[in-house]
Amino acid sequence: MTGQFEPDDEYRRRQRSRNIVVGLILTGFAVLFFAITIAKMGQH
Amino acid sequence: MTQTPSLHLPADWRDFFALTKPRVMSLVIFTGLCGLIAAPGHIHPVLGFTAIFCIALGAGGAAALNQWWEADLDAGMKRTAQRPIPTGRMSLTSARDFGVGLSAASVLVMGLAVNVLAALILAISIVYYVVVYTIWLKPRTPQNIVIGGGAGAFPPMIGWIAVTGDITLMPVLLFLIIFFWTPPHFWALALFVQSDYAKVGIPMLPVVAGEAATRRQILAYSVILLPLSLTPWWIGGVGQIYGYAAAGLSLLFLLLALPVSLRRSAGDEDRMKPEKRLFAYSVLYLFALFAALVADRLLSGQGAIS
Repeated sequence: MTGQFEPDDEYRRRQRSRNIVVGLILTGFAVLFFAITIAKMGQH
Repeated sequence: MTQTPSLHLPADWRDFFALTKPRVMSLVIFTGLCGLIAAPGHIHPVLGFTAIFCIALGAGGAAALNQWWEADLDAGMKRTAQRPIPTGRMSLTSARDFGVGLSAASVLVMGLAVNVLAALILAISIVYYVVVYTIWLKPRTPQNIVIGGGAGAFPPMIGWIAVTGDITLMPVLLFLIIFFWTPPHFWALALFVQSDYAKVGIPMLPVVAGEAATRRQILAYSVILLPLSLTPWWIGGVGQIYGYAAAGLSLLFLLLALPVSLRRSAGDEDRMKPEKRLFAYSVLYLFALFAALVADRLLSGQGAIS
């Protein structure tokens, strides 16, 4: 026993699915901010 | 609290989603959208979408913080025991950080993209729900449903202010309509659903003040709702379509509340039909009233997207 943390398959699977969701959310925000910027520029 | 093995795993993203109470959020989106569409003036569709998105995000953050604070109460009630935190699928700190993150992001984006007043009211609504309602008054007063109704009443007001940028009587009236609608809506449900709030020490009106007092108060709020729902028409804020719809809908609400307030439950054999009817109608009422508001605006060509 080395005391080192060994992530198992379920741990890796959860990490992967969470990373994908966070990636999608960040992409969504990037698109939203771009759209907001264009909309705001159109107003002035 | 005993550490469950599943806590070593990072929480599933679906549990974070569940933490935002998606079903409550759909009503928040609907009423927020109605406020936005009914408001006089114009808003760019992208900014309108952003405003509704921020209202939904703020509601999700507030719901997460509500479950963070009430995790031990949720564990003690059948209806809520399967939520992510009481089952050990998510840690308390994850829920807290997620809730704070969503709330802060919603207010920030609203302020930057829409307007400062809408962001301010959104921030107030989140603090109101989490601090004033969940932490402070819900465990202390049997009028907690009235206080909680205030939180649910913010979305149409915020949607309206997102378009206009100022507070007038109309958004305040929309707020008051949901505020006075919530108690009869919820107490009708509380009369026929056996809840275990008493077990965890939350003083719900039917338990603390008794069935008779609850039925009286259902009637009182329903009586107030009738003239209140007509006020937007009387002050000239909306047209006849809304006026007639509100008169019909609120009159029927009162007619359905009357038998509920005049009768007493006849024990376990009682099938509580009038109470169930009032509850089912109350949901339809809110949807129909706000739909009438939007229809009135669109047909008279005054709405934000007309």
